Amino acid sequence: MPDPITVTVNGRSVAVSEGATVAAAMMISGSHCRQSVLGEPRSPLCGMGICFECRAVIDGISHRRSCQILCASGMEIRTDEW
Amino acid sequence: MSGEQKQFDVLVVGAGPAGIAAAVTAAECGARVGVVDDNPAPGGQIWRGESANGLGEAARWLVKLHHQNIQLLSGTRVFDHPAANVLHAETADRFLELSYQKLVLATGARERFLPFPGWTLPNVMGAGGLQALVKSGLPIEGKRVVVAGTGPLLLAVASYLRKHGARIAMICEQASLRSLGRFGLALLSQPQKITQVLALRKDLAGVPFVTDSWPIAAGGDPVLKDVLITRGRDTEKIPCDYLACGFHLVPNTELAALIGCRMRDGYVEVDHLERTSVPDVFCAGEPTGIGGIEMSLIEGQIAGATAAGRPDLAQKHGRARAKLEPFSRALDRTFRLRPELQSLPLPETIVCRCEDVTYSRLKPYGSWRSAKLQTRCGMGPCQGRICGPAAQFLFHWSPDSVRPPIFPAVLNNLAAMACREAQPSGAMRGSE
Repeated sequence: MPDPITVTVNGRSVAVSEGATVAAAMMISGSHCRQSVLGEPRSPLCGMGICFECRAVIDGISHRRSCQILCASGMEIRTDEW
Repeated sequence: MSGEQKQFDVLVVGAGPAGIAAAVTAAECGARVGVVDDNPAPGGQIWRGESANGLGEAARWLVKLHHQNIQLLSGTRVFDHPAANVLHAETADRFLELSYQKLVLATGARERFLPFPGWTLPNVMGAGGLQALVKSGLPIEGKRVVVAGTGPLLLAVASYLRKHGARIAMICEQASLRSLGRFGLALLSQPQKITQVLALRKDLAGVPFVTDSWPIAAGGDPVLKDVLITRGRDTEKIPCDYLACGFHLVPNTELAALIGCRMRDGYVEVDHLERTSVPDVFCAGEPTGIGGIEMSLIEGQIAGATAAGRPDLAQKHGRARAKLEPFSRALDRTFRLRPELQSLPLPETIVCRCEDVTYSRLKPYGSWRSAKLQTRCGMGPCQGRICGPAAQFLFHWSPDSVRPPIFPAVLNNLAAMACREAQPSGAMRGSE
């Protein structure tokens, strides 16, 4: 097994395997990805970059589709927290 | 944001099986080939997470993609077709202008989602969606999963998840036992498919597989806890960690539509050489009809050879393609949605997830266009890719025309696009 990669989701450390996407890291951390227009929690739906439900702030850039982006060591991920 | 210009003899959009087959074939014919793909690595959805170091069919094709004539542009999304033989694309930090002599569209398919109460809860996902997440590092071991919806993908997903330690509580297929029986008969002419089905049956031994069954509500707050399913006259509440639910596939035809390719029954119309109605533009794989991986590989090879100026090579695949066509037609027939599914949403059920537009707000409108204008349905970042096919099924609305950008793009890149429109002579903005 390759060494796990550590990222932070809303400031908390999460270890994921190499090749894992940011969406997987967020789901492992138990964080929802975004708050909908009516304030509902949303998490990944399509897993392939189509639905935009998994978008999050990654290293300061907002609205990134987390299911299409691989985790890199030290990456900072922020979701709409509640 | 920096910009770059690239030129290819053959440009392929999509690096799933059809796109890979097209690119490899064209490159082997001597063409300079570009492959542009939205995903972080090639393989499409079916080969997501596969590497060129493996032993199977995926690895054999992925190895061939490392060809000196092929330039692979992963993590790159096409958002416009500003002029003939040009596409605009962007990566996380770059704008790209891609010019080509020939274009092969291999944009694949997505899952069809239908709204039902609770379908927006976290951990209610597509069937392929959950599989993609597991392939992308989500641990599934010991998790209880209900797999539901329709299509052959349900069995493939259930088998994959089980192999990775999930407990599959139930597989609910909306199609009737009778139509599945007819599908089985259609398979008899496809030895390769029979082997696959038998393998899946073995993988799924002991898992309840129910036909004429579908989810009517997902429960839990704030996260999924259980799903209520209907089976015949009974309903049953099944506790689960994930509901993996998809209603077969919808082709990704947005780019083909933007380019002006003629459509037929929702698919891109092609001839026996995968030529679309637009000169120099070819289409292969699911956008020409949902036919599965074998069909995609064959169509990709035909498109790649023709695009590289070798229709003689393309023609030798004609027989293999003809043999697979009955399977493609049987898929459409067998997994057609039953009308009962139209009454799944309650008035307060959200149909458009981007803009949180409910069923009752959409119902009064007579067309997709007026619903969009009045409610913002389909006008969020997914641009109606999720709610559009659902609305088409629920309200019989035809899809609207496609306009650029076909994906949300960074403002600087849209500005580049506007510049081009202001200079029809085609002066290139180069690297700004």
